[in-house]
Amino acid sequence: MDNIIVAKNLTYTYMKGSPLGKKALDNVSLEMKQGEFAAIIGHTGSGKSTLVQHLNGLLKQDEGELTVAGLETKGRDLKELRRKVGIVFQYPEHQLFEETVYKDIEFGLLRQNIPEEERRARIMETASIMELSESILQKSPYEISGGQKRRAAIAGILVLEPEILVLDEPAAGLDPAGTRELFDIVTTLYREKNITVILVSHSMELVGDFASRIIVMNEGSIKYDGTPSEIFGLGEQLEKIGLGVPQITKLMKKLSVYYPDIRTDVYTVEEAQKVIMERLRTKK
Amino acid sequence: MIGWKEVNERYGVTIGGFIGIIADSNKAGKKMIEILNAEYSYDNHDYPVKAVDDVTLDIKSGEFIAVLGRNGSGKSTLARLMNALMIPDNGRVVVLGMDSSEADNVWDIRKNVGMIFQNPDNQIVGTTVIEDVAFGPENLGVEPLEIRRRAEDALKRIGILDLKERAPHLLSGGQKQKVAIAGVLAMKPACIILDESTSMLDPIGRREVLETIKYLNKSEQMTIVHITHHMDEACHADRVIVIDSGKVVIQGTPVEVFSDVEKIEKLGLDVPQVTRLLHNLKIDGFVDDSRIIDIDSAVEKLRSLIG
Repeated sequence: MDNIIVAKNLTYTYMKGSPLGKKALDNVSLEMKQGEFAAIIGHTGSGKSTLVQHLNGLLKQDEGELTVAGLETKGRDLKELRRKVGIVFQYPEHQLFEETVYKDIEFGLLRQNIPEEERRARIMETASIMELSESILQKSPYEISGGQKRRAAIAGILVLEPEILVLDEPAAGLDPAGTRELFDIVTTLYREKNITVILVSHSMELVGDFASRIIVMNEGSIKYDGTPSEIFGLGEQLEKIGLGVPQITKLMKKLSVYYPDIRTDVYTVEEAQKVIMERLRTKK
Repeated sequence: MIGWKEVNERYGVTIGGFIGIIADSNKAGKKMIEILNAEYSYDNHDYPVKAVDDVTLDIKSGEFIAVLGRNGSGKSTLARLMNALMIPDNGRVVVLGMDSSEADNVWDIRKNVGMIFQNPDNQIVGTTVIEDVAFGPENLGVEPLEIRRRAEDALKRIGILDLKERAPHLLSGGQKQKVAIAGVLAMKPACIILDESTSMLDPIGRREVLETIKYLNKSEQMTIVHITHHMDEACHADRVIVIDSGKVVIQGTPVEVFSDVEKIEKLGLDVPQVTRLLHNLKIDGFVDDSRIIDIDSAVEKLRSLIG
């Protein structure tokens, strides 16, 4: 499969040339294939948001090259780039502003001069994916629940049919059920539409449950890049840079003190259950 | 209104003895907040929405309580009833013996029950940390020298005195919330309510805030009411209260509450991963008892099985 993101030696400094200048990206190189579900983790200030904002040209690198969905992000066609890369920022519901949820989702389509009939069809399809009923579409964004607001805001991005969907801390402030619902929807979308999903999150449990690749950032650089079991298997090295591992991984690590051959690269409850049941069976 | 029947059941006393008992318990500092059949509705266009529905709760002085519940369950409304930001439509909220429905008590209640909100940026008023912390006592009309003493004392107690001359907007999220906590401490409250105060923080910030409230609870016997979506934080509380549709649906120790995995899930909540693991193993007949929420107990349990 083709690489949808190719970054070569990206460097970016905030307030360049001023004494307060801070190098937020330091020689970052990265390739991502179409259809990947990757997570970017790192503590606050590690450069994850800066990197993500480069993907649709909100920020432009001082040095290096970045091609996303076949477009140079420093090129002229920002409109096309931003259509292909949908970024859902933290608390996206703060950006809802229209009279009805329907109109809010429609906003981006109107900006692209898409005819009424097609707009309607796309809005209805997106709404059904995001589990927003017809009656919710006619409500004011201020009348619906927190989880619905979050889904409505994401629908406004999805309706533009991006090739890459970036979700920055999408679960913040949502209850566990709302979080699960949202991630189930995103997973379905990712499977059925083959879009590339980039999840920026502090929740190691969520990252472990959904992403198939984890990129760890620290001080503006990519520190580690691998599968969840490779990354969570690092244990203390992650803690050293202010990150943790899922509780279940910690459990396996502690068990390995007593059973040195037990797997410690386990990061979901289901996997841990399999490993332990295997142990108990062989014992019998 | 509360019926005398309930009063009798709750206190086991005759009508005549009721007032005396309340006064005694206040002197002993046993009861921090009493909520009796409280109800509160929001006026949503044509029909009212009941956010708090017949809640009766006692919060003892020195307790660390975690409140859980899905979005829109009424947690925040309940918190606002506890410090007289809202007054119940029906029923009563009594803080340290003061009924919140009496206008004269409102300021004393708010002084005693400090509240920390979700967004740290919305709570900053000062241009330096010490100025920010001084804002509360200043508004209480405290003497200038005493204000400085209280503000510095508050910062010292939670270990951020070194930040006192810093600009609060340049601090990390966790540090900002600690400044907000110091601001509340400078008003000498008996109780602090945190309304999802960790939900916008990264893991380091969350840990900082959690360590701070645990310190205040354990070392200074401060009453803590912590509203959160993070089950791992709730595991540190003495008591977990689960709210759904405005009602208290479960309460107990963290182990008791999280052990009922099916019920917790039905309420839109989650359990710690180790609890889920043991619960699943129990379903498959490998474990007899899954009442475990922490890693060390889980290791012990699994070792006893694996041998």
